[in-house]
Amino acid sequence: MSQRDVPESASSTHQLAWNLTTRTEFAVTSDGVPQRTGNNLDPWYANYAERAAGLAASEVRALFAVASRPEVVSLAGGMPFVSALPQDLIVSSMQRVMTEQGPTALQYGSGQGIPALREQILEVMSLEGISGTVDNVVTATGSQQALDLVAKLFIDPGDVILAESPSYVGALGVFRSYQANVVHVAMDENGLIPEALRQTIAHLRGQGRRIKFLYTIPNFHNPAGVTLSASRRPEILEICRSNEILVLEDNPYGLLHFDEPAPDALRALDPDGVIYLGSFSKTLAPGFRVGWALAPHAIREKLILAAESAILSPSSFSQLVVSEYLANADWRGQIDTFRGVYRERKDAMIEALSEHLPQLSWTNPNGGFYVWVTMPDVLDSKQMLPRAVKELVAYTPGTAFFADGRGRHAMRLSFCYPTPEAIRLGVRRLATVVNGELDLLDTFAGTGTLQLPPSSGYESAPPSDLK
Amino acid sequence: MSESNALSVVVLAGGISHERDVSLRSGRRVADALIAAGHHVVLRDPDASLLPFLANERPDVVFPALHGSSGEDGSLLDLLAGLGIAVVGSTGAAARRAWSKAVASSLVGAAGLSVPDSIVLSHEAFRELGAASVLKVVRERLEGDLVVKPVSGGSAQGVSIVDNPDGLPRAMVEAFTYADVAVVEHRVFGTEIAIAVVDTGDGPRALPAVEIEPTAGVYSFQARYNAGETTFYAPSRLDDAVIAAASEAAILAHRTLGLRDLSRVDFIVDRDGRPWFLEANVLPGLTETSLVPLAIEASGSQASVLYSELVRKAHARAA
Repeated sequence: MSQRDVPESASSTHQLAWNLTTRTEFAVTSDGVPQRTGNNLDPWYANYAERAAGLAASEVRALFAVASRPEVVSLAGGMPFVSALPQDLIVSSMQRVMTEQGPTALQYGSGQGIPALREQILEVMSLEGISGTVDNVVTATGSQQALDLVAKLFIDPGDVILAESPSYVGALGVFRSYQANVVHVAMDENGLIPEALRQTIAHLRGQGRRIKFLYTIPNFHNPAGVTLSASRRPEILEICRSNEILVLEDNPYGLLHFDEPAPDALRALDPDGVIYLGSFSKTLAPGFRVGWALAPHAIREKLILAAESAILSPSSFSQLVVSEYLANADWRGQIDTFRGVYRERKDAMIEALSEHLPQLSWTNPNGGFYVWVTMPDVLDSKQMLPRAVKELVAYTPGTAFFADGRGRHAMRLSFCYPTPEAIRLGVRRLATVVNGELDLLDTFAGTGTLQLPPSSGYESAPPSDLK
Repeated sequence: MSESNALSVVVLAGGISHERDVSLRSGRRVADALIAAGHHVVLRDPDASLLPFLANERPDVVFPALHGSSGEDGSLLDLLAGLGIAVVGSTGAAARRAWSKAVASSLVGAAGLSVPDSIVLSHEAFRELGAASVLKVVRERLEGDLVVKPVSGGSAQGVSIVDNPDGLPRAMVEAFTYADVAVVEHRVFGTEIAIAVVDTGDGPRALPAVEIEPTAGVYSFQARYNAGETTFYAPSRLDDAVIAAASEAAILAHRTLGLRDLSRVDFIVDRDGRPWFLEANVLPGLTETSLVPLAIEASGSQASVLYSELVRKAHARAA
């Protein structure tokens, strides 16, 4: 008898039977014949928490694997160009830490972080108009961890988080993991649009939805490359204040401006309504995994407890090395060096786009790592990615930066890691991809729908070690 | 195993292909298995340093765990043969026959296997003859649900199921994003099975058929590489006679295409128990969620034992 003929209830028993076996111990009948039971290769599949639903292998993520090949020009990742950092500066900082504070460096630290470093962080933040107390600074394993902790403190399943349209893929992943609903708010070349924010809040409130905070990257936005204008900043803060909405300001790129510095941070204008996230990943190096949050005191207390619960303490060694570097190296001069490197790369990218892809439009950022490219509606950046892999160039499809399936006609190009020559080559290859795709779509024009059906939901984030 | 029996094996994985990630996973599993069997294993990504490295190091055997591009299209296999290095698996010429789903289907069909009715179309044909008129002929020729796939490649990349006529243009575009030639095939409904064929020295034999039941209904990329999203039955729940017929068909396909050592042949078995050939894989996936490792376990063997036998056979062949 075929197992197909087994009644439904018996099949589910078989399913259960499998759950009690492992891959190497196949269930066998009394005569030694393997039972024809199903194996889904993960006996715990039914047990995952709902918040794990988005943690899945995806085709787009798999395609990024080629970016690690030297032949491929990757404009997809977000790795800072750490080679611009003189190695001896770091080596001497590490040596001093181990010689002078070895036992401390190798020991657990406080969940809040090392006091000397927190003092220095105040100095770094003062460059963007922020004043605060050292007590309200909490260091973290990269600002990404601070982002996760803030989300953990505030988000209940179903809560709404407001974010720019588009927004940082890594933040969308965090919000998703706490089962928030991200609602995007429109932005233009001057950043978040106050009127759009007002309307979105009113609309959501009208539906009885609970908004927990506004997540914003005001400076040299990832992925959009735009900066919230000085004139809009007080207005955005006022809208949030009057609606009792907390602001989570994420500012990893603020000091990496090319011409004019960015306006003062939102936190500089509103110490009570803003949690500020900062990072040494772009101004120094991401390998240390040191970032921080500056939060109003009540939130800060909970952040420290949440941090201790998650990781006990951030790396003492890393914090001390960063502290030593800030104390003894010309860190401001080093940031100037980074600015010069990234300015040259951004210019190379904009020039190459003008030369090779004049039919597209893009943002021209005054800082940061990213250019946001908008394509004609017929083109779909996710659909085009396999073609890009064949042409040895990689980018991040725009869909990664939306929680609602939008972004198909856009892509993020990063200019932080590849050299200007590689950027020019990459954009030239990208033009081959775009033209090849346009040619294909032209061939099929008028025959029916060529667009992928709209999808809702999230893309999985690109790997964190993507070039 | 005594040290003197250990062979030096270079496992190739990665490469520049849409399936690089899958290949890296396969390669690591093969390397682990061969290390467990006592061999000296080096895992390499095929790049500009590979051929000089092999020419210099002269490993006993190369085990290609490459999916797509230079691995499966036969180029690298020919080059390895040119270097006089023993290779597990098929020759370049055989790989080329299987790599093109169009070539494989016509050869296997001519040998007497049931193959779904299909039309093979290049992007150029659409450009030259006009997409609308080509699509009209396709729709007239192939009725009902269709499957559109790139002529080469695996992991269901670029594959679409067309269950209403309006979906055909979009499915063509999807396939042409991966390859310049696409196969439009009549969709056969039934039970999807995969049969691994191995030959450790006494002729090709079929391992237990693995039946595939994706939770979402379609064995997509997601269903292939996220454990939990597909239920596998190894051996298949199909009737023994049906499995026996499909196993014979798999061996016939393996022989017809001139494949060697290890292959995987995929079928849909329709409600009458007839196996329809879908494709043959020269370098089948060997990841944690792949079909061949399941078949090996269901046969009562272990990956380390079987891969080791294949490595020894390749070594003996070259000696």
